[in-house]
Amino acid sequence: MHQVEIATTQNTLLDSPQMTLNMGPQHPSTHGVLRVILKLDGETVIDLDCDIGYLHRGMEKIAENRMYNMIAPYWDRLDYIAAVSNGLVWVETVEQMMGLDVPKRAHYIRTILTELNRIASHLLWLGTHALDIGAVTILLWAFREREEILKIFERQFGARLTCHAWRIGGMPNDAYDDFESDVRQFIHNFPNRLDEYETVLNENRIWLSRTVGIGVISGEDAIAIGLSGPALRGSGVAWDIRKARPYAAYGDMDFDVPLGENGDTYDRYLVRMEEMRQSRRIIQQAIDNLPGGPVNAKVPKLIKPPVGDYYHSIEGPKGEIGCYLVSDGTQQPWRVRVRPPCFINLQALKRLSIGHLVADVVAIIGTLDIVLGEIDR
Amino acid sequence: MALIALLAAPNFIDTLLLKFFSEQTVNYVIWPFIQVGAVVTITAGWVAYATYLERKISAFIQARLGPMRVGPWGLLQPIADGLKLLVKEDFIPENADRWVFFVAPYIAVVAAFVVMAVVPFGPDWAVITDVNIGVLFVLAVSSVGVLALILAGWSSNSKYALLGALRSSAQMVSYEVSMGLAIIGALMFGRTLSLSGIVGAQASDSIWFLLYQPVGFVIFLISGIAENNRAPFDLPEAESELVAGFHTEYSGFRWSLFFMAEYAAMVVVTAVATTLYLGGWYFPFVYRLTEAKGYHNAYVVVSLIVFLAKAGLLLYLYFWLRWTLPRFRYDQLMDLGWKWMLPAALINIVVSAIGVGTLQGLDGWHGMDTIRSVTSGLGLTPTGKVIAIAFGVANLFLTAGILSLINWRSRDFNLKKQRSKIRLVDLPKGKPAVAPVAVSEP
Repeated sequence: MHQVEIATTQNTLLDSPQMTLNMGPQHPSTHGVLRVILKLDGETVIDLDCDIGYLHRGMEKIAENRMYNMIAPYWDRLDYIAAVSNGLVWVETVEQMMGLDVPKRAHYIRTILTELNRIASHLLWLGTHALDIGAVTILLWAFREREEILKIFERQFGARLTCHAWRIGGMPNDAYDDFESDVRQFIHNFPNRLDEYETVLNENRIWLSRTVGIGVISGEDAIAIGLSGPALRGSGVAWDIRKARPYAAYGDMDFDVPLGENGDTYDRYLVRMEEMRQSRRIIQQAIDNLPGGPVNAKVPKLIKPPVGDYYHSIEGPKGEIGCYLVSDGTQQPWRVRVRPPCFINLQALKRLSIGHLVADVVAIIGTLDIVLGEIDR
Repeated sequence: MALIALLAAPNFIDTLLLKFFSEQTVNYVIWPFIQVGAVVTITAGWVAYATYLERKISAFIQARLGPMRVGPWGLLQPIADGLKLLVKEDFIPENADRWVFFVAPYIAVVAAFVVMAVVPFGPDWAVITDVNIGVLFVLAVSSVGVLALILAGWSSNSKYALLGALRSSAQMVSYEVSMGLAIIGALMFGRTLSLSGIVGAQASDSIWFLLYQPVGFVIFLISGIAENNRAPFDLPEAESELVAGFHTEYSGFRWSLFFMAEYAAMVVVTAVATTLYLGGWYFPFVYRLTEAKGYHNAYVVVSLIVFLAKAGLLLYLYFWLRWTLPRFRYDQLMDLGWKWMLPAALINIVVSAIGVGTLQGLDGWHGMDTIRSVTSGLGLTPTGKVIAIAFGVANLFLTAGILSLINWRSRDFNLKKQRSKIRLVDLPKGKPAVAPVAVSEP
């Protein structure tokens, strides 16, 4: 492990007055409407406070007054970058609570599309993260690939960003005619493009100096804070829900989990880049073994899960998206609780940023990969 | 014929003017005015189209098209932008220091444009004035630009602007040191501070000082980019951190003045770099093909084009770097300035001095002939040139060696060792017994 130069935060040489800097909610690199209140000594961060809630829509409360299949579109707007993954956790929770037998083909298509969504989300993260650090070009390159995924989504779901992907018990319709060839085309081109990004960034001195040793968090601390997803795996903790509690068709897939070593920004960057490769591997397997058959289970007209509570979570692009559902046996849930990955990952911001410079705070916000739609709900 | 008539125009105007004014008025008042007008107009146009070029080149790098709507291939885009900025509201924030806020952009533009007065765009009439301390003038006037940034940041009464201004002042001051020191090596070979004189020295010797001074050139270019606040050193206006840095509160035409100043300063640095290291307007064969055959004005015009082409190449380097590199952090920038650029500049001075001393010492020793004349710069014979170039190349390795010796313990130097590799783990499937265990302690 290397030494991170963290300036003393207590006594400064010149005893300079602190400066309070308000970053956001309208700031180019707080990824939405996050407001960060920074206490600065010169440019060193002494203290940091996050102010959230500018995008609060009361999702969980709204869900109490909707029928089960009416809730799903709200769910897609949680983390709007990963609408497909968000939708999946909701339908799977209800399906598992009701004990529905979803056909294998639906599971496979779900796997393909959620992995495509993971790649799209990671590409957006890569672009904005690099943009925050100053490498503008990567953003447009990443969007070029993301565009191809969004085209597949548009043809499949009819929407590019807030796609309402699933129905309880399966899918609204089968995969469109050219689905297979489109996906194959994408996974054929994708690795070269990924290599291209890595040649621009991996060995880049400035990129290294901006990311190596910045925002270090140990595995224990990461677990204590409750980090999940790439932010957790960057610290070397081997935890991936796709492996631990396989859902959809992940049980049939063969893939590796990338783990970081130092838990710094550079590790989280490498982990996400490798995750995109692994996602591609999963898609390749799923598309090769795509079974035929129906895509819908037999679903009762009225969806009434049995009385009780149920928790189900999946590995979203940003971490563990969970859904805790309490049913009183009626057509509407009694209580719904989201386990939001970004909200919990954002807690680490203060821990990671103190002692670093303002420029690093921006890099750390980027590396946590937050989406305010899900933090504020 | 038309071309020859065009090239003869200056003579024609000269004779025409002499009919109305005395010779002194024509030489010292009217011609300078025409030159100043031409240079300011051309520079402003060059600045406007530099923005267009930048947008096109960035689009090329980023797999886009860039401006395409206004005019063919978007060629009128700079004009449309200028018009749009002109008609925007001239907004001054309520709590701003009105007068300082008002004046700062003008200082920036004036500082950037005034330097053009001494830049030799070509021989003879293509230079406004040949000041015998031209290099000092360039350094002095271009540093006035810092004042504009500080004033703008301070008067805006905004924390982001203030932070941007503080950053920029620290940055520009520290890089000016190494920039000034980097030039000294070239001056030893040029033996003059006049920019035209330095070009003359390179032309009479048929060589570019880049070959004698590779280290000096690199330092000058890097410091120049840093002093212009261009990426990867664009911290003062780092938009992801400081919104827009010192010009956060500026809008409309006042903002565009800052923008113009930035591009004009870029043009200045590339022009000075061309003059000092790339032979300025000198290009092989041009003299022999034009001036020697009696086409004086053709000589000037071709030299002018040569100069613009060289400066344009350096400008392309600016764009290229901006759109491919991430941004430095503030302290890393200072590290680079003080721990790498400054020692390198000092080493360059020492090695160049030893080189020039050696050349002088070898001249006449055992019948060796290194120095031809010292009337216009340090005129070297082929033997002398080889020795000087050898010193330049040796300097590259020497500087690299000494710098790594100085910085071998620093974080930047060992970055590649510090970074980690990721591991790929094929976890067992199914439910884990308890909470996951940290595989390794980071």
